[in-house]
Amino acid sequence: MRFGVVIFPGSNCDHDCFYVLGEVLNQDVKYVWHQSTDLSGFDCILLPGGFSYGDYLRTGAVAHFSPVMKSVERFAADGGMVIGICNGFQILLEAGLLPGAMMRNTGLKFICRFVDIRVETTSTPWTCGAYEHQVLRIPIAHNEGNYQVPYQTLEEMKLRGQVVFRYCSPASSVSGEFNPNGATENIAGVCNREGNVLGLMPHPERASEAELGSTDGLVIWRSLLDHCGVEVPTIL
Amino acid sequence: MPELYEELGLTTEEYQRIVETLGREPNKVELGMYSVMWSEHCSYKSSKEQLQKLPTEGPRVLLGPGENAGVVDIGDGMAVVFKMESHNHPSAVEPFQGAATGVGGIVRDIFTMGARPIACLDPLRFGSLDSARTRYLFEGVVAGIASYGNCLGIPTVAGDIYFEEAYEENPLVNVMCLGVMPVERLIKGQASEPGSVGVLIGSGTGRDGIGGVSVLASQEFDENSEQKRPSVQVGDPFTEKLLIEVCLEMLEKDLLLGLQDFGGAGLTCATCETAERGGCGMDVDISKVPLREPGMEPIEIMMSESQERMFAICSEEDLEEVLSVCRKWGVDATPVGVVTEGDMLRLLSGGEVVAEVPASSLARGPEYHRDAEKPDYIDRVTGFDTGTLSPPEDMGKALLELLGSANICSRRWVFEQYDHMVRVNTVVLPGSDAAVLRTKPLEKGIALSCDCNGRYCYLDPYVGAQIAVAESGRNVACTGARPIAVTNCLNFGNPEKPGIFWQFCRCVEGLAEGCRQLATPVVGGNVSFYNESFGEAIYPTPVIGMLGLLEDVGDRVGSAFAAEGDSIVLLGDTGDELGGSEYLKVIHGKVAGRPPVVDWAAEKALVECLTRAASARLLSSAHDLSEGGLAVALAESCLQGGIGASVQMPGGLPPFVAAFSESQARAIVSVSEDNLSALEGIAVEAGVPARVIGTTGGDRLEAGAFSLSLSEMRSTYEEALERMLAGS
Repeated sequence: MRFGVVIFPGSNCDHDCFYVLGEVLNQDVKYVWHQSTDLSGFDCILLPGGFSYGDYLRTGAVAHFSPVMKSVERFAADGGMVIGICNGFQILLEAGLLPGAMMRNTGLKFICRFVDIRVETTSTPWTCGAYEHQVLRIPIAHNEGNYQVPYQTLEEMKLRGQVVFRYCSPASSVSGEFNPNGATENIAGVCNREGNVLGLMPHPERASEAELGSTDGLVIWRSLLDHCGVEVPTIL
Repeated sequence: MPELYEELGLTTEEYQRIVETLGREPNKVELGMYSVMWSEHCSYKSSKEQLQKLPTEGPRVLLGPGENAGVVDIGDGMAVVFKMESHNHPSAVEPFQGAATGVGGIVRDIFTMGARPIACLDPLRFGSLDSARTRYLFEGVVAGIASYGNCLGIPTVAGDIYFEEAYEENPLVNVMCLGVMPVERLIKGQASEPGSVGVLIGSGTGRDGIGGVSVLASQEFDENSEQKRPSVQVGDPFTEKLLIEVCLEMLEKDLLLGLQDFGGAGLTCATCETAERGGCGMDVDISKVPLREPGMEPIEIMMSESQERMFAICSEEDLEEVLSVCRKWGVDATPVGVVTEGDMLRLLSGGEVVAEVPASSLARGPEYHRDAEKPDYIDRVTGFDTGTLSPPEDMGKALLELLGSANICSRRWVFEQYDHMVRVNTVVLPGSDAAVLRTKPLEKGIALSCDCNGRYCYLDPYVGAQIAVAESGRNVACTGARPIAVTNCLNFGNPEKPGIFWQFCRCVEGLAEGCRQLATPVVGGNVSFYNESFGEAIYPTPVIGMLGLLEDVGDRVGSAFAAEGDSIVLLGDTGDELGGSEYLKVIHGKVAGRPPVVDWAAEKALVECLTRAASARLLSSAHDLSEGGLAVALAESCLQGGIGASVQMPGGLPPFVAAFSESQARAIVSVSEDNLSALEGIAVEAGVPARVIGTTGGDRLEAGAFSLSLSEMRSTYEEALERMLAGS
């Protein structure tokens, strides 16, 4: 499977995602410069975490004007797989490829720690390999992960199965106590109606090797490969 | 111009020396340049003589002190670049930006050498959290470090924090950064080929930070310090992130002859140091320097400490390619200098020469021999006899008090604000004795720890500095890594005072002794003097940054108990050493007595034992004993692992002494039954006393004299910092 990892000025999880896709998952992966507009040949485009343009304005607000984003829009409309992690999620929101917006964490502090998230639906390409309500232990690292969306939209999203992950307890219960950033209904990740565009705050690339303390991120990668009909490497 | 040179912080003798060097009176621009380069901060004029005492050589050292950062060979063609610096004074004036730009400065030092920065560490010192000002400074500093480091995508993986009244007016913000690179990419900050071009890359030059090194960093604080706020620079981490990528891409393409960052003393320092190191001169056209505001005087341009600027030296042929890499990343780049034969740094503005001074005379400032005299307080405070202490009524309560005290309680509130995982290398997360990073694609691991107990150094600078080395060595050894090299940041009061300078000399001697003993050369560092307000100095605080190496990162050991039913083994001997201890401070409110004895044979044996046991993969956990002694170490291993323990304190001492003594050269390790005899064998061979003191398991820490539940200890330990920050 051919992955493109977009580099915006200020991306800083680009190398990590490139490494995990290439070295851990053994997939074909290339960097895509933010001024490039040619996404032909890619099966999946990944918008990595970081601080695009320093996030001096609203997070992701400048990056979504990068030339590559017009192409990402077309790529998604044509059914290509798109995943935005952390800042990548924020950029997808700004670009309107996913519903909702991001506010600062309610604690007004950056938070870096392992959290538990619950798989809310297994009928997306990103979670088809998980079991119902599976709990994944994956780190977050963000200042603006407080996901907000209008009530009406949220209700529609829930009906369509667009809420993909929620912050939860290790035993999978979803409550305010386990909400690290104030996100509406503990939402940690959402997808578009078609399911081919995913945005999530937790970093699956940081939980893809036992050496780093968790391999739960592999559930997401494995689902994606499986969905795309790629033979899943045996190490997974 | 007597008024001006004094205002700029130069002495009459220094002014005369400038006149002699030039054979004439300096003009205003030249005087400004000398004032910043000859400041204590840039010239090390008071410390240089003493620093000669430090061991700086070893088989792994590729580059020792004198360059932007030290470079150490870790084998397989890879080198580690690391250094520590202070940003104390700026952080005291404006904590957020002071700390943020401190991170920016040390990170530039690392990629200037050609390495990709992969980790930051932050040793911090503040006054008591009872003070609202301390809480403001502490929160601001942590937020500043987080905002800058997180944006760069460099994990902040470790550090240490102490709260002591002595730092009330003068907090310490030290920052360490470490990078890795292929050995052959090492590049120096030099301009050695006449005709090559000096290119200014990055931000425009503004009026911020003018005189930062001379006005801020090289003077004591007084009631006017607030007015120094304009001397603090403002950070732009986004531009710095682009600079990292630009510089590494230029080096990857082999376009550069030399690379230098803009730190203290700005353009003056970058130009004269590169010329001096390369044995050349330089013509610099300052009218070409991109400015943030119109009407800046040449002296302002030369002294500005605007952040996020780099100075690259390249051949004329490669210039276009250099500019093109910068354009790709959207970073401004302007050729401003030409390297010349000779030694003269000439500044031109519109064809007119505005300054002309020998580069070497700027870069090699004066050196002073300062008087040192043992201060009176030492005998008074060390005269206290800890033998007169009566045992606490309730040992469990005393342990809880320690676990909830400012210097021991959990640092989670701090390190969760730092992105400590980005770059997917952090295999031992913050909270253990040392952070461990992998070095993919190599199998090796890098262990990092920062240490200094200023209280010990206050009581006995020579012993205290040795303990800082010993503890940092022990910390990396607990992860299984061998200590291989050291950087440091030496924080002291006013060196013109003989008592302070005595502290400095004794600390440097202690450091030298420690580093010789551990065979860990000092490959770089920084001195920060004048940490003094209203005549009161901080504790002498020589912070050590220790680099440890694991040949196989799979051998690493954490400090958390890992399994039920493991044997807990105490390595090392416990003596009656409560002098300068956390127990004495927290329970009795005293900073007194003699600090623990340093026994280098025992320290080296312990390092040997820990590293050998780790590489034989015998250990489930290993944790260094330091502040709070055995009781606190046991509690920490229990809490981190979520596993209780049942132990017997070592005999022959009153139970509270056995529990809280801070004797050095000790660690607790846990091992499975299968591995116990192998560990004991290694301990015997290494000459380390090893005693099984108990077993892991359950949900309490039971120690005869006390018994506490994990949940009780956890809430005390984990919630203390936030509680104190709330002012309650």
